[in-house]
Amino acid sequence: MATSDMMEILDPGFLSTVQDAGRYGWLRYGVPPSGPLDAAAFQAANTLVGNAPDAAGLEITWTGPALRITRDALIAVCGADFELRVGRRPVPVWHSIVLRAGEVLRFGARQSGARAYIAIDGGIALPQYLGSQATYLPGGFGGLEGRALHTGDHLPLHPSQLDPFAEAGKCCPPSQRPPYSSKPILRVILGPQVEAFTQEGIVAFLSSSYGLSATSNRMGARLQGPSIAHTGTGSSISDGVIAGCIQVPPDGQPIIMLADHQSTGGYPKIAVVLQADLPLVAQLLPGDQVRFQIVERTP
Amino acid sequence: MSRYPRILPVGDSAFTVEFGATIEERLVAQVQDFEAVLDAHPIPGVRETVPSYCALLVVYDPQLSSAAMMQLALEQALTRMTGGVHLVGRLIEIPVRYGTGDGPDLQDVADFHQLSPEEVIALHTAPTYRVAMLGFAPGFAYLVGLDPRLATPRLATPRTYVAPGSVGIAGNQTGVYALSTPGGWRIIGRTSLVLFEPTRPEPFLLHAGDSVRFVQA
Repeated sequence: MATSDMMEILDPGFLSTVQDAGRYGWLRYGVPPSGPLDAAAFQAANTLVGNAPDAAGLEITWTGPALRITRDALIAVCGADFELRVGRRPVPVWHSIVLRAGEVLRFGARQSGARAYIAIDGGIALPQYLGSQATYLPGGFGGLEGRALHTGDHLPLHPSQLDPFAEAGKCCPPSQRPPYSSKPILRVILGPQVEAFTQEGIVAFLSSSYGLSATSNRMGARLQGPSIAHTGTGSSISDGVIAGCIQVPPDGQPIIMLADHQSTGGYPKIAVVLQADLPLVAQLLPGDQVRFQIVERTP
Repeated sequence: MSRYPRILPVGDSAFTVEFGATIEERLVAQVQDFEAVLDAHPIPGVRETVPSYCALLVVYDPQLSSAAMMQLALEQALTRMTGGVHLVGRLIEIPVRYGTGDGPDLQDVADFHQLSPEEVIALHTAPTYRVAMLGFAPGFAYLVGLDPRLATPRLATPRTYVAPGSVGIAGNQTGVYALSTPGGWRIIGRTSLVLFEPTRPEPFLLHAGDSVRFVQA
């Protein structure tokens, strides 16, 4: 009997989840896309190991896991800058590397950034939930039992379609990585509810630094800084939300909605972050400071 | 001249088409009429649409359509609207066990309005509601059409657990919980219908635009 190859989690790290490119088409039913917060790093990792862009891998947060695989595998780790080892051998991030059957991939110190993505040639082969393997923690579905990974979890893998030894050593050069920073300038398009804010509130939003709060999660990046004043009560009639929307509740502190966002929201949205800049938000650590810069709509 | 409908960018991958800024069945119908136009005449590049009380969110793939082209296509779609208020969805009957353990707030809602629980049930089962939108959590249905005599403020402190199938009132809205989640709505009853089952061909029982009647189980 053929048994599927497995990835075994020896140590889950702080918060590791299975993610694919996301669960699209269900927002109208209240189901957000989930998927990677940093889609650029996720795509780079899949590309380096020869996967389709929507193959399932792991998103890891703050501290990395230790894991091994029952077959020879081509893997890549992209996103936050971690020290990585295969056995005792240091290996680079943003490169395709060989992980031989039974060897342990271990994450060490993190130099910068918050989240990294592990792609494995073939990809993870869990059952799909509403057409996707992406883990949605608030709903408790997708990925492995709708939860973060634990020590001792086994994740089934699709078979390898390539020779890991022949394909290893490819690199995603720094010029093709997102311009991560602990003080990024995020490009935004104002609206759709910019009318819900006073002129002073809009000026504060565009001229101040906002720090990432430790209460941020995959639903939203909560920011702290000068209050953004509303013209009214600070609540509006609920309407549809996408990742990147900047909601401002009555307390005047902005929240950038991320991949696990609620599908509708009743706080006014002062602006929306360009999709290309969301990877910069994904890599923020508590205390990092962001600024916002208006861009005109591209024609 | 009315400022509605109007089309506003939501970043670089969506537009919202607003039909007003109030909760009224007339606007819910316009949103759903417009969505029906987009279903009948699909715009290339549209990934998904999200109806709400008075706006339709249109999410598109910026690789497949520029913002200017999408805005133009949405303006053209607006001219196709019939202007008629018609029901686009199905009529779904939801059996509800009102009161006691299934509806722990029924008595409080009755007391708030100086009604008997039976009168609350009669007022809640009388109208035909329309599903304005699903949101907040997977499958949570917001319905319009609540009798104003039942409008009741939210709980001061939300519950940490509301059972799936619970039927609640918040302000002038009534709604049905599909999943167990925290929630601040006044829970007056519960249905045994399964509103969300991911392995069904139609995972969600209720869709925006459906009509709903509650019947006492």
